[in-house]
Amino acid sequence: MPETLVKPYALTATFSELKPLFAAVKKLRSQGFKHWEVYTPFPVHGLDKAMGMPRSVVPRFTLLGGVTGFFSGLIMVWYMNAYDYPLTVGGKPLASVVYPFPIAYELTILLAAFGTLFGMFWTNRLPMHHHPIFNHPTFSRASDDRFLIAIEAQDPLCDPETTPKLLEQLGAEGILWVHDS
Amino acid sequence: MEAIDESILEEVTPVAMVIKPPLVANGHGFAWITEKVCGIIEAPTPRWWWIAFACAVSLAGLTVFGLTYLVSTGIGVWGLAHPVNWGWAIINFVFWIGIGHAGTLISAILCLLKQQWRTSINRAAEAMTIFAVCCAGIYPVFHVGRVWMAWFLFPIPTYNSIWPQFRSPLEWDVFAVSTYGTVSVLFWYMGMIPDLATVRDRAKTPLRRYFYGIFAMGWRGATNHWRNYEMAYLLLAGLSTPLVLSVHTIVSFDFAVAQLPGWHTTIFPPYFVAGAIFSGFGMVLTLMIPVRKIYKLEELITQYHINCMCKICLATGTIVGYAYMMEFFIAWYSANPYEGFAFINRAFGQYAWAYWIMISCNVISPQLFWFRAIRENIWLVWTICLFINLGMWFERFVIIVTSLANDFLPSSWGYYTPTWVDMITFAGTFGVFSTLFLLFLRFLPLMAFAEIKAVTPQGDPHA
Repeated sequence: MPETLVKPYALTATFSELKPLFAAVKKLRSQGFKHWEVYTPFPVHGLDKAMGMPRSVVPRFTLLGGVTGFFSGLIMVWYMNAYDYPLTVGGKPLASVVYPFPIAYELTILLAAFGTLFGMFWTNRLPMHHHPIFNHPTFSRASDDRFLIAIEAQDPLCDPETTPKLLEQLGAEGILWVHDS
Repeated sequence: MEAIDESILEEVTPVAMVIKPPLVANGHGFAWITEKVCGIIEAPTPRWWWIAFACAVSLAGLTVFGLTYLVSTGIGVWGLAHPVNWGWAIINFVFWIGIGHAGTLISAILCLLKQQWRTSINRAAEAMTIFAVCCAGIYPVFHVGRVWMAWFLFPIPTYNSIWPQFRSPLEWDVFAVSTYGTVSVLFWYMGMIPDLATVRDRAKTPLRRYFYGIFAMGWRGATNHWRNYEMAYLLLAGLSTPLVLSVHTIVSFDFAVAQLPGWHTTIFPPYFVAGAIFSGFGMVLTLMIPVRKIYKLEELITQYHINCMCKICLATGTIVGYAYMMEFFIAWYSANPYEGFAFINRAFGQYAWAYWIMISCNVISPQLFWFRAIRENIWLVWTICLFINLGMWFERFVIIVTSLANDFLPSSWGYYTPTWVDMITFAGTFGVFSTLFLLFLRFLPLMAFAEIKAVTPQGDPHA
């Protein structure tokens, strides 16, 4: 493929320690970069806040699942044991919220758990098996022992001249362009 | 609110912080941790694994044979007969379900309590939970007698519109156990996604990259990913906590809702949950001590981790011992002659041998964990844990069999003995469990190494 047709995806730089990484993240955020991402091998506590990301919206999916589970449990038991085939057992009432409670409780947890997992997939746009960042020659280090900053080419502040210099000043190693192919 | 007087704060400030031992010994870095855990599944299959796998599959064959014989002949080949119609089948069901509870405790409750030592053992313990639930599930399904009708347990619409009876605790159990199994799988899988991505990125062959890649879902470890993942993890931990407490509570309702003396007690839910965690930790230690030795993981599962697990065994074992005493006290205090007889009969009746095995294994043996010298002797810890496993099996035997064998009417009393079919079916479940666990050790990262990295000193940005 001719070189000119391959679009650059992002300018990347690696860090091997957290302290300079946090300093760099703080600097990049204050510069006003919008389309950028940090790839880390483990959850780095406080990094999302340092990058200025809002709180995750996964709990909404959990709540949706939980409420659906609770009411579907109650309605299911009412339909089956009190409406469609009413059968008195042990002199207990046909319709009650007491005996269906364990069912509603378990279904609350079951559907809330599914809501959480699929909420995590949805908010992260997964599964997505192809992504330009995988073209990085040593991307495997970012899931092992390195922290990778990627500033996307679409960011208006991403400049082929000044941005690599900025990253170098911040103590980054291996500054290189990743291409979208 | 009133302003706090600063001098009070000074008084309560501890003069010295408790120094916690490092969770990864010898200050190893991130790359070492990745290499250590991924190296296990990337190395060629060791010979011991094949030998162990062959033994486990052969043992599992006993369950297959036992069940085939049962279905082709009839439920009478089990030792169940009036008055004891809940023999080994339900004992083994409760035993295996209980084993599973430690996994969820480690992954959920210890996560909420911010116990960082859980990270080295949670993956294997969760795997243990899932495999134990698989073994447990065999029993109620086959205990229904006509196993081809087992789908009647689930609310599936049929032409005759006969629905399950939701007023029965047995039906609650269907929902509790199936929810427990499903949520445990979801939690286990979600926790594994980042580690599977690492295995994918390290893969040398296209086949490995393809299969691990499919299950890694394209995980990139972006901060945005971690942000949603951490939230989801916390929520699943929060959901699994009431779940794990409810599962053994509902299992205990199978007994407590009945009116049989020895079963009809309100202490059952907490007592069953404590016992389940106790037996589960016994099993975690039974499994992890050999795994640690074979794979040389002493720097990741340190003596500190083993100490913590021993202390949980001690605490839950003591709760179980307290519950045994309380049952006796309430039996006397209630002044109910049937209840009183049930407990005297347990300790001194025809099944006294089982009762005293239970007491010595469950009440006396965990008390040895008070001593540091014993907690630091791996062989002793492992042996005591075998006794805990044995004792907890006998606990279920005592509860189920003694209560049923001698109920209200002496003319209906009996003595229950299992048959060889009961025995080989149960022995085989250990084969089923070991087969699944060996496959897990071979193909999946056995430690949550992304989480372990986060609890090392160099992984803490605020250090």
